[in-house]
Amino acid sequence: MLHIPALRLGQPYESMTKVDILHHATGEPVASVSQVNSGVIGRDKSLLADDVLEGFSVAELMEMSRHAAELFMTASLPLGDSKQSFDDYVKQLSATTGMPITYCRHNASKIYNILSNIETVIRGLTRGFDLSILDIGHGTSAGGTLSFFRDGRVFGAVLPSNSPGVHSLWAPAIALKAPIMLKPGREEPWTPYRMIQAFIEAGVPKEAFGFYPTDHAGASELLRQVDRSMLFGGSATTEPYKDDPRVEVHGPGFSKILFGEDEVDDWEKHIDMIAASIAANGGRSCINASGVWTPRHGREIAEALAKKLSAIQALPSDHADAQIAAFANANVATQISAMIDNDLNIDGATDLTQKQRGQDRLAHLGKCAYLLPTIIHCDDRDHPLSNREFLFPFASVVECPIDQMPTAIGPTLVATAITHDESFKKTLMACSHIDRLNIGAIPTYQLSWDQPHEGNLFEHLYRQRAFQVESAA
Amino acid sequence: MTPSSTTSSGLSLDQRIEQVRERLDEHTRETVSWHFDPDTGCPFWLDYAANLSWDPRKEIQVYDDLKKFDNFRDEWLREGDIRRWVPKGCAGQPIYVFETGGSTGRPKARINIEDFKIDYELFSRTLSDEAFPKGADWLMLGPSGPRRLRLAVEHLCQFRGGICFSIDLDPRWVTKLIKSGRMAEMHEYKDHAINQGLTLLRAHKNIQCIFTTPKLLEALCERVSLKKLGIKGVFCGGTQLTAQFHRFAREELLEGSIEFVPTYGNTLMGLACHKPYEPADNYSVIYYPPSPRAMIEVVDPDQTDRVVDYGETGRARLTTLTKEFFMPRFLERDEGIRHAPCEAYAWDGIGDVRPFSGFATPIVEGVY
Repeated sequence: MLHIPALRLGQPYESMTKVDILHHATGEPVASVSQVNSGVIGRDKSLLADDVLEGFSVAELMEMSRHAAELFMTASLPLGDSKQSFDDYVKQLSATTGMPITYCRHNASKIYNILSNIETVIRGLTRGFDLSILDIGHGTSAGGTLSFFRDGRVFGAVLPSNSPGVHSLWAPAIALKAPIMLKPGREEPWTPYRMIQAFIEAGVPKEAFGFYPTDHAGASELLRQVDRSMLFGGSATTEPYKDDPRVEVHGPGFSKILFGEDEVDDWEKHIDMIAASIAANGGRSCINASGVWTPRHGREIAEALAKKLSAIQALPSDHADAQIAAFANANVATQISAMIDNDLNIDGATDLTQKQRGQDRLAHLGKCAYLLPTIIHCDDRDHPLSNREFLFPFASVVECPIDQMPTAIGPTLVATAITHDESFKKTLMACSHIDRLNIGAIPTYQLSWDQPHEGNLFEHLYRQRAFQVESAA
Repeated sequence: MTPSSTTSSGLSLDQRIEQVRERLDEHTRETVSWHFDPDTGCPFWLDYAANLSWDPRKEIQVYDDLKKFDNFRDEWLREGDIRRWVPKGCAGQPIYVFETGGSTGRPKARINIEDFKIDYELFSRTLSDEAFPKGADWLMLGPSGPRRLRLAVEHLCQFRGGICFSIDLDPRWVTKLIKSGRMAEMHEYKDHAINQGLTLLRAHKNIQCIFTTPKLLEALCERVSLKKLGIKGVFCGGTQLTAQFHRFAREELLEGSIEFVPTYGNTLMGLACHKPYEPADNYSVIYYPPSPRAMIEVVDPDQTDRVVDYGETGRARLTTLTKEFFMPRFLERDEGIRHAPCEAYAWDGIGDVRPFSGFATPIVEGVY
């Protein structure tokens, strides 16, 4: 069977402990993955030269990143003792995550875009100063002295299995000279391993990479050991780290579409955009909309969305029209569906998709379980389902007066506000609990490469310092 | 080694298995007679027998007859007067009480007189004099307080002619910190323990042997090279010890040059010895109980009367048979793989021990 080793300072390491990852449909093992004990992470951190990338300029590392983008999409790259083509990668990724093949390819293209547009990304993070300042340590920008030092000597990430696109978030760390230590998601070692191999093939020293499949204790150890990190996970996972400035937390997004008073009567023309925001990428991302908040027409909007989204069916992952992912663990789908049904027993919320479809949201295809898109209409904005997020296309439509909406929506990763109302826009602009704000009919999943997403990786890794040099006599 | 091979004693392994089984049956009869004799037994077992419709002294003739007893219940050790466990035959001797658990509520407690010393003296015979030199001093980098381990390691050290240095470490506090998610404080407390150990290691050059737990060994080796400090042997236990950790410890933490002796034991049973390291075992950590003083059986968790086949995983069932303590058929919180007798130990062993996966709430393991 295919074996995926850990990578310790770039060197493959076969552990005595291995976990098989299974095909979501057949239950057959696809690969066995070496699991490291937490001590390995601490030991490697102590052996890792945190200046291993300092010998390269940012420009050189960006060039390597661009080369890595091409290699990621086209090359046959090492995978344990064998080689992996891009097609192998896509098939393996779909096999263990249940994600449709088409979405796997689409997510790969996101990673390609980040790496091939790395200069735009880095300039977006650094706001356009001369990047050679990071090589030299200081320089002149807009007529003033600018100096930075890298506080995040080693960068780490505890990664999810839900959507490969998230790997584009840690990728710029290499161009910013930080060696990385990654803990992959249990079912998704494929993308970070392939990205690392692409970087190495592109000329980045292999010693700059650690890849540590491990358990919960190992994940905690990684977050403790590295200087700066990203953590992906549900509320229970991320809660202990929410006040730790060393850890950038990527929890549930609770992203939303907001209607202003001025645009809500034309809601019908936005239904396609809203439906896409809910269901794109199988509805598995934190940037998928999980709420539609509107001052009126809530029931009509919800019914229109239910009608549109109830057309989506469970299809095998290799079907060209597949739009939702199978659950790698069928029990999880059953539990989520039961949780929603339980909350629907509380007055004030109705599942309109179930009515429209005439079929339960929990669907099976062979051994696979799927959750079909679900639109809930909430009469009561305090209902337990009014502001929830799940790992499938799910959204609640909630009516709320405009003057209360900015506060009532709560923490929101992406808010798309369909409005021209200056006063409403101004209030939203002032909301600290909205991370990304789109004004106009912009899908929640549409990111711009030149702006940071959920935290600025450059600011996470670098600190500005006051700097003076004595003038030459 | 196959059962038909000849061992260093001149007997085939089959013959030795038979021999130790006879000794176990005889020892079982003696132990049951002692604990259920009104002149020598302890109040707990005498009261227990008074409510039985059968007489243990008559009906327990061989080890397998112990199945006539119900499984030993751990709450018996959490309730009542501790003196009900003191055998009348041991009256007047100095009594130790050792506890296990206790992060919340009343801990389990058992009395001890000489058992811990006997167990560790027997264990001492399995240690090499090169790795654990006679006269060498030890560092006990593990739990302090009412733990058997604290005194047992000190006795082991003294028995081998050394002086044992120890630290303050409260494992119950560590468990509380972990359960409440206060991981930063847990690491701070762990660092506090490691700092105490480092101070002792640097101050006392004759410390050549260490007892510690897997997590503390990792933390210690993050700070210092034990090889450079002159450590020759590490005796490790207290929590789960995986094959991967075993390999990592031998190859990396101990730099391939310090002897690593894993162990499995607890306050109730005593100390199991590990099968001597052989590359063929692929770093599996395999333990053998100190027969006939204690036995470990690997049983089907759903039918605990059934011992699983060799190579199968099951729950550990412990039986302790000493004059100080009789504990028949106690279902431990661990599971593992049943291993066949080997040359060093002609009775069943257990390997790859880990917390029992059948509990609804996972067990929290701290630094100890």
